[in-house]
Amino acid sequence: MTLDTSQPLPVHGPRPKLPDREASDVPVPPAPTRLAAREFNLYYGTHHALKSVSLGIPSGSVTAIIGPSGCGKSTLLRSFNRMNDLIPGVRLMGQMVVSGHDVYAPGTDVVELRRRVGMVFQRPNPFPKSIFENVAFGLRMLGVNSRAELSPRVEQSLRRAALWDEVRDRLDRSALQLSGGQQQRLCIARCLAVEPEIILMDEPASALDPTATVRIEELILELKGRYTIVVVTHNMQQAARISDRTAFMLQGELVEHDDTRRVFTSPREKLTEDYITGRFG
Amino acid sequence: MSRSLTAPDSPTSVRARQRVRELFIEWALRACAFSAVAGLVLIVVFVFKEAWPILSDPEIQKEASLAGFFATPLWQPVGEVPKYGLVPLLTGTVKVVLIAMLFAVPLSVLAAVYSSEFAPPRVREVLKPAIEMLAGIPSVVMGFFALMVLASWLQSVTHSPMRLNALTAGIALGLGIIPTIFTVAEDALRAVPKSFREASLGLGASAWQTAWHVSLPAASAGVGAGVLLGLGRAVGETMIVLMASGNAAITSADPFDSVRTLSASIAAELAEVVVGSAHYSTLFFLGALLFTVTFLINVAAGAFVERLRKRLAGA
Amino acid sequence: MSAVGLPALPSAAMPRGRRLDWSGAGFTLLSGLAAALIVLMVVVILGDVLLNGWATVTWEFLAGAPREGMTKGGIFPAIYGTLLLVVLMVVALVPFGVGAAVWLHLYARQDSWFTKSVRFAVHNLAGVPSIVFGLFGLGFFIQFIGREMDRAMGLDVVWGQPALMWASLTLALLNLPVVIVTTEESLRTVARDQREASLALGATRWQTVRHLLLPQALPGILTGAILAVARGAGEVAPILFTGAAYFLPFLPKAPTDQFMELGYHVFVLATQSPDVDATRPLLYGTVLVLLALTFLLNLTAILLRSRLRARLLGRG
Repeated sequence: MTLDTSQPLPVHGPRPKLPDREASDVPVPPAPTRLAAREFNLYYGTHHALKSVSLGIPSGSVTAIIGPSGCGKSTLLRSFNRMNDLIPGVRLMGQMVVSGHDVYAPGTDVVELRRRVGMVFQRPNPFPKSIFENVAFGLRMLGVNSRAELSPRVEQSLRRAALWDEVRDRLDRSALQLSGGQQQRLCIARCLAVEPEIILMDEPASALDPTATVRIEELILELKGRYTIVVVTHNMQQAARISDRTAFMLQGELVEHDDTRRVFTSPREKLTEDYITGRFG
Repeated sequence: MSRSLTAPDSPTSVRARQRVRELFIEWALRACAFSAVAGLVLIVVFVFKEAWPILSDPEIQKEASLAGFFATPLWQPVGEVPKYGLVPLLTGTVKVVLIAMLFAVPLSVLAAVYSSEFAPPRVREVLKPAIEMLAGIPSVVMGFFALMVLASWLQSVTHSPMRLNALTAGIALGLGIIPTIFTVAEDALRAVPKSFREASLGLGASAWQTAWHVSLPAASAGVGAGVLLGLGRAVGETMIVLMASGNAAITSADPFDSVRTLSASIAAELAEVVVGSAHYSTLFFLGALLFTVTFLINVAAGAFVERLRKRLAGA
Repeated sequence: MSAVGLPALPSAAMPRGRRLDWSGAGFTLLSGLAAALIVLMVVVILGDVLLNGWATVTWEFLAGAPREGMTKGGIFPAIYGTLLLVVLMVVALVPFGVGAAVWLHLYARQDSWFTKSVRFAVHNLAGVPSIVFGLFGLGFFIQFIGREMDRAMGLDVVWGQPALMWASLTLALLNLPVVIVTTEESLRTVARDQREASLALGATRWQTVRHLLLPQALPGILTGAILAVARGAGEVAPILFTGAAYFLPFLPKAPTDQFMELGYHVFVLATQSPDVDATRPLLYGTVLVLLALTFLLNLTAILLRSRLRARLLGRG
């Protein structure tokens, strides 16, 4: 079975609604929407964790989701690839549209969804296998098993994750011997190997030291364009550095979602301004 | 990508086949889990089914009936006129279990307290393996030891007329359940937060006062669970009593008399019984009785464990 | 007495020497004695068996058949029967036990009534007396399943009688809780975020189990299987009526055959021997072999288990 990366995907769905503004200060997003939440609600039991969140994410961009602890940003992220399904007692309403499909519609192939929408977690979680086998894991699950077919793909993924040069001569050593930052890049490589369209990152650098953090941020900037990236972060400076668009969440609600520069220089909502200037959070 | 996000794909595609396989596997695994439930249900059904004639079949009831179990003081299923009196078996079981518990509970609980509160690590390194070895001794070997060695020694000490009696069986049975009670009680004691002990010692209490007034009460649910589990095992145990109790259906309060327990009666008599006869049904009835009693004890033990868990979580 | 009339407080000076806490020392001594007594009894039991049995256990004893009314010869048929019994038991037991544990760990909804009933059944199955399992083996496998099989195949009495396979299946049910519990325990040692990473990559649940979780849970599964084998080799009550025999002139070949078994052999030799003194050596030898076997198995299981715990702790 081959993964065909040559054909672009058909994209459906409306463009995100733009506020009525003068033409000069509203940048029209040039790319189609890859990922969109529409009036999305999520409940953990009786706790209303996500309140009518509507959000559009342009293809090829980097979007940062910021907000204080408990605002629902990780919950929203995990809703994109239906990882919240793993938690018992979760209820939801609304739509989550990925490349034109409502992924919560009955009959959705969740396994294929998760291949297309990859995820990198807060704490690096490589498998207790060799570096090669970590990256190859997703491919093996897809039925690609021969070393001949795997090797070029593993190399490509490690190159794209900016890790190849550091591990090229120890691919068969255990992944657990790598440093924290290397492990996280390995997890990114592992995710890239199955050729996702979208990469979700849940505070990918928060468990890493500053040097490793810089490498991850550089990597995100390299990956954008080819991939659509959504990053949850509690670090506003990071959001400002790496993202094209920023979404600010508070207590389950999406307060503001706009071009990053605008959000950080002249936010529309007072709450956003308060958060950014450090008045709370 | 060549695969669609929505099902169904064409039936021959890889992903579609995989989905079918996943569904099949999930059901196979669910069936495995169900086997535990099925097993328990089947045990209840088939043991109670073979015992049911005692309560339903008039032909059987002429010989053995619920009323008849208590009408006669004798257990003589093999004889001119078969008599199925349960009283000797019940008293026998109670005697042996009582002796076993009186022997095992203080020893196990005290030893558990010693191990968790006072013992230096080196002593614990001897005690723990000893308990594990004791736990690993099959009950037939324990019965063998009781029959060959313990009985003679006890007789020389107590000058009892019978070598194999309630005392021999009771002590051997007690030995058999010590590991159960000890392990659960010790785990419960060790789970008591160190802060409790430190608070008590800090107030000037001695180690034993702390153990007696602080640790034991805090671990009481766990110790209780251990005692109940030991009780359940004692009631249901067969081989030890079969080999060491003398198997005489005598109703008396004397620990030096031979006894016959419920479990040993089943084991001793089922081999020569005619399938479907009153004796057969009676033995299954005894089995159903044993099952019910141990089941209730286990449910009670489970409730204790729940209480322990809640208390530790809340404490 | 002070001028105000209050009693004088005891002297604040530290008492010389330590006041002897009699009840405290007594309690500590008592509990220590209890522990010592238990250890002593274990030593006595094991010592007695070792002393009286070790002379008997020779190669001929292990490899030969019993002769002259169990007064001479060996116990090979009993060893062979025990091995066959536990092998068949493991084959029946492990797939169901591991499958059930995998389902409980990864597939089950923890709050559903079905899941709760499975856990309830596992907990209570563990408390059923072994003689009741024997009754079950007789009443279900032999009288019901075996008889129905005979009837369906038009046979007289082939399946509906005590046999190796029925005894193995009975023991398999007896040990089901052990395997389920140890396997589930072992699956839990695999960190949750590995499972999430695998699923997030687009692996299916079974793929995650087969390629990631089970390989790591293997030591635990092995522990459970070994503990089950140790119990299976030692339990006599379940096989009393489901297939064990005292003396058979042949080794069991088919699953419908009866078999000799170590524990059963000890039981019969100890209680029904016509000449206690003459069969004593064989009896002690058999006990020693049985004990050695179960101890070896239990020791292996304990070592495996401590390795598992170390891995769990190492994860932090």
